[in-house]
Amino acid sequence: MTQRPVARVAGLCLLWYAMWLLMSGHYTNLLLTLGAVSVVGVALLVTRMLLPDREGAPFHIVPGLLFYLPWLVVEVFKSNLAVARVILSPRLPIRPRVVDFQGHQKTDLGRFIYANSITLTPGTITVRLDAEGFRIHALTREALDGTEEGEMDRRVCRLEGAS
Amino acid sequence: MEMVLDYLSAALLLLGSFFVVVGGIGVLRMPDVFTRMHAAGLTDTMGSFFILTGLMLQTGFDGVTLRLVMILGFLWFTSPVATHALAKAALHGKVEPVVHEDEGGD
Repeated sequence: MTQRPVARVAGLCLLWYAMWLLMSGHYTNLLLTLGAVSVVGVALLVTRMLLPDREGAPFHIVPGLLFYLPWLVVEVFKSNLAVARVILSPRLPIRPRVVDFQGHQKTDLGRFIYANSITLTPGTITVRLDAEGFRIHALTREALDGTEEGEMDRRVCRLEGAS
Repeated sequence: MEMVLDYLSAALLLLGSFFVVVGGIGVLRMPDVFTRMHAAGLTDTMGSFFILTGLMLQTGFDGVTLRLVMILGFLWFTSPVATHALAKAALHGKVEPVVHEDEGGD
């Protein structure tokens, strides 16, 4: 599914105008016009900075996100409980460590989503991300196991591939 | 119905406050900047999640609800970026992470 830049900008404009309408809640001619002017202004700025590409306007992953995000919320909840238990136990049983590993994502967008998902899950933080891979700081061995099992890696790969 | 929603909302607000308080305790107990970030993560993930969903139940399911959903979305999208920037800055500033003895570091 290759979209031309014009189609992407048009998609973004629709999105922004819908947001304007929802956020303002006033539907007078003046405000509708101001919204349209703002949207066109932002569209001009965005196209001057970069032509929105698959990365800048990733509409193709939206269907996949509907499945990925609920799963991520559950994972975040589980690791929240694990970290809360560590914090509240009197001996503070942390075993912090730093590890490097490779993800299997093919696109920058996929790597970005994976790195942010790791950081969003308490117990693991992406401290570095470059061509060599990910460097993760983990609070405990268990927190790391959750990442290295590769479930999240697989799901992000499926998400970025689902175009 | 109103009552049920109120109790549910109160329960969610309490749960969210629990995670915020535990995150705060964690920040005080952890030994270095990296481990503290893990603790702070509780506050801006499940803390914000439960408090905002609790507040959503107090709205009349109108534009305000939608705005709360968007606030939650923005928080969850931006906080890992901020955490990553903080961790990267700490590494760049030559802060050595505390590492458990058995692991032999990196």
